[in-house]
Formats: sequence, structure tokens, C-alpha cells
Amino acid sequence: MRISRTELYSGRIMLVVLMVVTILPFISIFITALHPSNTVPRGLEWPAEPQWGNFIEAFNVANMTVLLGSSVYLVIAVVPIALIISTMAGFAIGQLRIPGSGILLALFVFGLTLPFSGIIVPLYYLERALGIYNTRLAIVLPLIALYMPFAVYWMRAHFVNMPIEISEAARVDGATLWDLFWRIHLPLARPPMASLGILMSVWTWNQFLLALVLVEDPAERTMAGALGAFQGHYATNVPLLCAGTILILLPTLIAFVLFQRQIISALLQGSVKG
Amino acid sequence: MTTSDNRPAALAASRPTTKSKNARREAIIGWLFVLPALLMYAMFVLLPLLMSIQYSFFRWNGIGPMTWVGFDNYTRVLSDPDLLGTILNSFRLVFFFSFIPVALGLVVASVMHRMATGRLGAVSRTVLFLPQIIPLVAAGIIWGWLLALPGLINELLEAVGLSALTRAWLGDFTWALPAVGLIGVWVLLGFCTVLLWTGMSKLDPALYESARIDGASWFNEFISITVPLLRNEIGVCLTVTVIAALAAFDIVYISTAGGPGNATAVPGIQIYILAFTEQRIGPASALAVILTLLVLVIIIPIQRLNREIK
Repeated sequence: MRISRTELYSGRIMLVVLMVVTILPFISIFITALHPSNTVPRGLEWPAEPQWGNFIEAFNVANMTVLLGSSVYLVIAVVPIALIISTMAGFAIGQLRIPGSGILLALFVFGLTLPFSGIIVPLYYLERALGIYNTRLAIVLPLIALYMPFAVYWMRAHFVNMPIEISEAARVDGATLWDLFWRIHLPLARPPMASLGILMSVWTWNQFLLALVLVEDPAERTMAGALGAFQGHYATNVPLLCAGTILILLPTLIAFVLFQRQIISALLQGSVKG
Repeated sequence: MTTSDNRPAALAASRPTTKSKNARREAIIGWLFVLPALLMYAMFVLLPLLMSIQYSFFRWNGIGPMTWVGFDNYTRVLSDPDLLGTILNSFRLVFFFSFIPVALGLVVASVMHRMATGRLGAVSRTVLFLPQIIPLVAAGIIWGWLLALPGLINELLEAVGLSALTRAWLGDFTWALPAVGLIGVWVLLGFCTVLLWTGMSKLDPALYESARIDGASWFNEFISITVPLLRNEIGVCLTVTVIAALAAFDIVYISTAGGPGNATAVPGIQIYILAFTEQRIGPASALAVILTLLVLVIIIPIQRLNREIK
């Protein structure tokens, strides 16, 4: 290797600086959160008397237990259903290659670039007409639907690459289509399903626009939706707002630390395939 | 079941009629596998999309009767400087959300690849990726405070003797949009860096080794090896970040709500305001249709370019 010392150190210093720039915002809101409520502190000034109680106050004010429950509920309602129906569709399109699979695939792929704001207005009126506006279903159903283009595309990519011989062997043994799917292909599809599940969980947890428009009560929204409402109420009380933001970030941060490898690789694969 | 073919439906035409009945049955069962996904997609994505197109030809306040107005809503969106301005703003955001993270990400990733092969590289990838997984709403709140008058950015400027530059960044007509763009850089840089680094680590190390034996500098390596061989990854980064810019909503809504004036209004925000605070469903829907088409029209060439290179 002939990398010169100056080059090596300047490169490494750049990386360290970038890490500091990335982390500094988190540190700044953490320090701000420790200042007395309703004061306007400086960005990086350690408070004379750290107010750890702010976190407890924010926990109560933000109704964190309810919020956590609501977000977990949404993830549990959305992700398994979206996973199973997209896997079934991906299986039929990619492995069975049913008549019309080309058109079906094109139809799903068409939705890949669709911005959520492109359909949010009619969704609102549609859900009022269906009587599900302002219930949790108002978020659950459209989210499942909005994940379909990506999820079907993703699972199809897996099934289209599975060797035909596996299916052939099972068919010779007299397996029905359902057996073939449920007993043979589903277990083999676990790795891509796991990545897809992680992706959809993160997206659901962080979903804001649907929660904002389709559910009025912050306690029934996603974490991100609730955070938006929290900001509306406490925009002037900066330390409390920062404490609440940290609390709402905490579950995501913990999940990221625990599963960082899986989350990063899922997000990267997701974009490469999508 | 005697057939050993796993694609009975596809081959139905070439099979004797005794089997074609079977094939048809299997085709129907196959379609039943797709049906749940297709129904959900049709009901909550395709139908609303059609409704968007329908609404865009009417004047409607959401409650009263709908009046047919033809293309009026479209001409209004494309002629009203405030509405057209939102589209221009989203192009400006592309520079920050897309161009800077991809360009800077290439540089950072290649530095990582060349000079931080060990622990420093691994740690920095994790750290840089962090903003990507938090809700964009949280990013908006955090930066809303950092960019405020008493916030960290101004404090740092004062610390280095640039107090003259301090201002309420998100409330300043000139600086609000770049400030929102900066939030996007913070969120997307790590994503692009890690994706590009992954691409680089798949390249044949011999390429870099022979270049280094020849005494190639970082810059030589960067221009003649890294960039040309990473076109595919660059295309992916561009696709993801351009969509993030054109369809931006969360960050803008939380940090500026489109203000001051219309300085940071993007289509997503404008659709929300038109439909849910001004009850002008027609123009909101016309803008929604234009936004949907705009994203398609911009992404397809990037994708096609990618495919050709593959």
C-alpha cells in the first residue's frame, strides 16, 4: 500500500468530523431536554441543574404508554397481513407464472414511484364513505395497499429465482398448489420475508402523512404521527419538546442498535431491488 | 396429478385437452393467490388514483355539489406562480436531497474504502446511517430547534466569530429552502454513503491494488475506477433521493409548513393545504396528478439508463 500518511490522516479526520456532525444534533437536543421547562437554553450548554424530571413529564404529557401501544398495534395489524398476501402474489407471479403475470407485474410496478400525497385526498373521502375514517383501520388498510407494489415486486424477485426443480419434485409427489406454497416455498422464502418485514415495520412506525390526515386522535396514530401532534402543542416549550422527541426516538434507536446489521442490509437491498 | 410441470397454466395451450382442464383449474387457483394483494391495491391505491384524476376536472369544496370545469384546475396550477412555485421548489430540493448526498456520499464512501478498512469504517457507517432510520418528523423537530435563532447552528457561528451570519434560518425567505435542504442532506447522506460503499466493496480488489502499485492517488482512483464502475449504485441512490425530494412532505411540514410565505412550499405540502385547509379539492387533485406524473417522468429515464448499463 502506498497511501501517504497525510492522505490517510486527512481521510480519517474527515470521517470523524462527519460522525460528529451526524451525532451533534442528537446531543444538542439531549442537553436541551435537561434544561428547566419553558426556558430557552443555548444549544450546547450543560444545565446547572439537569432536569431529569423532564423525561417523566414528557412521558406523561405525550401519553407514551398509549402511543407505544398504538404503534405496536399498527405494526402488528399491517406487517403480517402485508407479508403473507404479497408473498402469495409474488409466488403466483414469479413461480407459478399464471396467465397474465406480465400484466399483473406491470400493474404493481407502476405503483412503485407513487407519492403518498398523490392519493391522500381521495383516500380521505373514500374512507369517510366507507365509515373507517378516524379509526385505526384508516391507517392499516391503505398502508397494506401502499406496500403492495414494493412487497410483491420484492417477493416475486425471490420466487422467480427459485429453481423450478423444487416445484417439479413436489408436484410429482402429488402436492397441491397450496401444499407447494405453504410447505415448500414459504419456508424457503424466510430470508427475503424477514427483510421485507423489517422494512415495512420501520416504514409503518415512521409513517406520518396517513396518520396526520386520516386519524384525528394522536393516541391512535403511529409514533411519527403522534410526534407531529406533540410538536403542535409544545412548540414553545423547547426542553419538553426535546425530551418528548427523545422518548419517541428511543424505541427506534434501541431497535437499530440491536438489529443494525439486518436493518441496514434490508434498507439497502430494498432500494437496490426497488 | 401426473404432470411434472410446475407451470401448468403457462403451458396449457400445448397440452392435450384432458390436461387443459386441469391447467385452467390451476390458473384459477393461481389467480386466487394474487387476489388479496390485488384487491387491496385496487381498492386503496388504484381507485384513489382514479378518483384523483376525476376530482382534478371538477370544482368541489368537499361537501357541496361538484362542478365540471375541464382543464381549468390544470391551467391554474401551471399558471399560478404560487402553485407552480411549489414544483420549482421541489426541483431546488432535488439539488440538496439528491445531488449533494450522492456526490458527497461517493467521496466519503471511497475514503472509507481506501483509508478506513477496519473498525473506524464500520463505526462510521453505523453512525452515518442513523438519521435514515428515525422518523423524518423527528429529524424535522430536531433541526427545527438547531436552526432556530437560539439554536446550535447560530451558536457555532458565533463561536467562530461569524455572528453577522446568524439568523432564524427557517424563517428567512432566502435561507429557508437551503436550510430544509440541509436536513435532507443529514438524513440521506449516510444512506447513499453506505449503499455506495457496499458497491465498492464488491468490486475486484485487484483493480485498486494494481492502481495503488502504480502510485495512483485517491483522486485518480476515484475518477478512473470508483465512479465508472458504480454507475448502477449511483443510479439507485439517485432514484431513491429524487423521489424523496419530489415527494417531500414530513420534513417540510414539521420544520416550516411551507413558509415563510411560500418559500419552502412543495407539492406535497400544497396539496395538503389546498385540500384540507382551503377545501379546494379540484386544484389539490390536479397538483396531485401532476406530481405523480412528474415523479414517473423523471424516474423512468434514470431507471432506463441503469438498465442499459447493466
